[in-house]
Amino acid sequence: MDLKDKLVSSFATLQEQNDAAHQIRQEAFEQFETLGFPTKKLEAWKYTSLNSVLKTDFNLFPTSATTLSFEDVKPYFVHEIDAYKVVFVDGVFNAELSNIDTEGFEVTLMSKALNDAEHKAVIEKYFNSIAKKDESLTSLNTAFTKEGTFIHIPKSKVADKPIQLLHFATGTENALFLQPRNLVVVEENAQVQIIERHQSLTDNATLTNAVTEMFVAKHANLDYYKIQNDKLTASLIDNTYISQEGQSNASVHTFSFGGKITRNNLNYYQKGEYIDSTLKGITILEGKQHVDHYTLVDHVEPNCESHQNYKGIFAEKSTGVFNGKIYVDKIAQKTNAFQQNNNILLDDTATINTKPQLEIFADDVKCSHGCTIGQLDAEAMFYLKTRGIPEKEAKGLLTYAFANNVLESVRIPELQARVNKLIAEKLGVNLGFDQ
Amino acid sequence: MAYTEEELKKELESKEYEYGFYTDIESDTLPPGLNEDIVIAISKKKGEPEWMTEWRLEAFRAWSEMTEPDWANVHYEKPNFQNISYYSAPNKKPKYESLDEVDPELLDTFKKLGISIDEQKKLAGVAVDIVMDSVSVATTFKKTLAEKGIIFCSISEAIKEYPELVKKYLGTVVPQKDNFYAALNSAVFSDGSFCYIPKGVRCPMELSTYFRINQAGTGQFERTLVVADEGSYVSYLEGCTAPMRDENQLHAAVVELIALDDAEIKYSTVQNWFPGGKDGKGGVFNFVTKRGLCEKNAKISWTQVETGSAVTWKYPSCVLKGDNSIGEFYSIAVTNNYQQADTGTKMIHLGKNTRSTIISKGISAGKSQNSYRGLVQVNSRAENARNFSQCDSLLMGNECGAHTFPYIEAKNKSAQIEHEATTSKIGEDQIFYCNQRGIDTEKAIALIVNGFSKEVLNKLPMEFAVEAQKLLEISLEGSVG
Repeated sequence: MDLKDKLVSSFATLQEQNDAAHQIRQEAFEQFETLGFPTKKLEAWKYTSLNSVLKTDFNLFPTSATTLSFEDVKPYFVHEIDAYKVVFVDGVFNAELSNIDTEGFEVTLMSKALNDAEHKAVIEKYFNSIAKKDESLTSLNTAFTKEGTFIHIPKSKVADKPIQLLHFATGTENALFLQPRNLVVVEENAQVQIIERHQSLTDNATLTNAVTEMFVAKHANLDYYKIQNDKLTASLIDNTYISQEGQSNASVHTFSFGGKITRNNLNYYQKGEYIDSTLKGITILEGKQHVDHYTLVDHVEPNCESHQNYKGIFAEKSTGVFNGKIYVDKIAQKTNAFQQNNNILLDDTATINTKPQLEIFADDVKCSHGCTIGQLDAEAMFYLKTRGIPEKEAKGLLTYAFANNVLESVRIPELQARVNKLIAEKLGVNLGFDQ
Repeated sequence: MAYTEEELKKELESKEYEYGFYTDIESDTLPPGLNEDIVIAISKKKGEPEWMTEWRLEAFRAWSEMTEPDWANVHYEKPNFQNISYYSAPNKKPKYESLDEVDPELLDTFKKLGISIDEQKKLAGVAVDIVMDSVSVATTFKKTLAEKGIIFCSISEAIKEYPELVKKYLGTVVPQKDNFYAALNSAVFSDGSFCYIPKGVRCPMELSTYFRINQAGTGQFERTLVVADEGSYVSYLEGCTAPMRDENQLHAAVVELIALDDAEIKYSTVQNWFPGGKDGKGGVFNFVTKRGLCEKNAKISWTQVETGSAVTWKYPSCVLKGDNSIGEFYSIAVTNNYQQADTGTKMIHLGKNTRSTIISKGISAGKSQNSYRGLVQVNSRAENARNFSQCDSLLMGNECGAHTFPYIEAKNKSAQIEHEATTSKIGEDQIFYCNQRGIDTEKAIALIVNGFSKEVLNKLPMEFAVEAQKLLEISLEGSVG
């Protein structure tokens, strides 16, 4: 039985629970049934094939959650900082490892939010309101909405500590198919920082199809960091939708260092003036890894800005894809939209496919995109070698310098250090950034 | 009497397409529709050998199984291929030895177009192979070219006179089954130009063809094949104007360039087909497949100025097969009113040390949509490939759109690829500065647009550059708002 059939037949079981999302699930499911899984024939999936992943016989509803001790999973936290933690093991919330004792704002479970009367208004207003209705994988996630994180920061509240979201797969159930669904609402003038990571602890195949909807109200501030450094058996399809109101700031940093196939769909919808959106990413791949960044910034109001900067370093047989789209509506005058994509190929077997796209309907705008594919500067390499720095370190230093400016906008110093360390690890050099 | 702004505005609004007129010449036209019989009939009418008929049929069969592509960023009512007449040739067509024998009505048409054959013969040193409704009626300077061994004739003549050359190269760069329109063209092409430059010969003059669509309801399907043998050089010009029509006319041409070792081909186009009226009615559909193949150390350079057509769908490409080969693409695309253009290039790097340059300037005004779509592909064996792309868009008014769809695919670590794109508008301060110096707004815009497009205009041969500059002005008239 292929995965689609399996999903179709198990949908009925899930629909037995009658919560706030019942009707939405039904509609999304019908949508998925019509669309099916995306294939390379679709323009949006031209460079990424899911075939190798989809043929796995996945378990859809893992029953028993393995017990994990904190020591087992400690390395996957940014443990240097004091933070709230939301931990899921095989899609099930793990209270022991988590810490959601928040004050003045709310971090809870999606299943709770969907069933509670007190959350009804918020769910009705926000849930599935910006997630694409015509995208098959998003619809699939919507249809199977069950668990995930619900974060609500009320007006003028600044979350005192970052929130770490961790999704572990232990694979006692053989291959696992996980579909977390998250909702983040940041009210007027509020602020929050979130760090997210999906981690497989097993060599069994894992496929995660996550959808996160985030709403950033007027003057609010959201920083979202994604760390993707998973095993070669783990694949991730991440669909993130962000809606911003006037004068708000939202940034998403994606650090992709691992996994079998990673697809990041990142969509920004600007619904006010003077909005600032930031999309940044560092991708360092090796082996047969494949990462696909698919971004959209929808400028529909005047006087907004967006800044995109994605850097990629590809070795061995890895493949990188960047597909960035900036859309500027005809009323979105005075838009400043920038897009930058720089890549280095380290081996002839590595591939990079990039498509920085502009669709502009307004005349008084500043839009630019730049894209390069190249190698490390031979002269800089020579210079470092004349100073007695071995080739490997020299390479590491230069590659680090290449990726570094993306890190500058990371506002959590400990996270910055952590990512630095990961980069050094990936490049196989000691750059002396360990603290 | 003083000339007021009001009057100017009125004049601009009512300004009709200058070249919009229709010459009434009896034509020998096939009934509309397309099937194998029609394909055979076309082939027969042209007196083609059997292998050519077969070749056409093969293309037709492939075409019947294809569907019209719709991925381009353009919207239009798809033409009904069964309503088109696929062959139309001026009726009185003896082979002319001198211009005096040419139908005076036809000569009158050329005069209105501003092409004086006599003048061109004497002054420009340009050999003109004029295609009027698919059949070439006048070829000049043939003798001068023949002395050098250069073949420059219509493709139907080439099929008869030089079958080995045509057989060897036709369809090698753009195969019959390449795409929907290329297949259609392969099946029904009525005429076009053929050019062969022998080894080591530098073509002493710019070769040029003028195309005209004339007969109502006929699409025109040209086929151009240019072969530059080892170490040769040729510069080829292609220019078009079309009379005004209300129903859409289809134009699906195929151009194949082959540059053998050390050869160089420079192909320049000025495209000025009827763009449709102010209300978006009528206009030419221009779906063209242009591709060049570069062998070792060869160079192909495409330069185009696109101001016409209601819908344009065109990607002159270079396949850089040989080591050290060079591909270039310089383009200005201007869209106004309801025009839509989806144009760009493909640079396929296969050989070592191959280089390509792409400079694309898009200017959109009125309610038009202008897209750049390009592909730069570096194969895993293409060591040291180098590409530089620049796409600049200029927007006039907020009802038009400028889009960029660059595809970049690299599979070799030594590849060096740069792509940059910008979008801007004409600054008020720039206009103000010009006004202050006594230059009116209309002129100032022309000045600024010219400056914006200079990099590309400079690449055109002299004769074309002047014409192109004028065309830009005409196309943008009345777009200041």
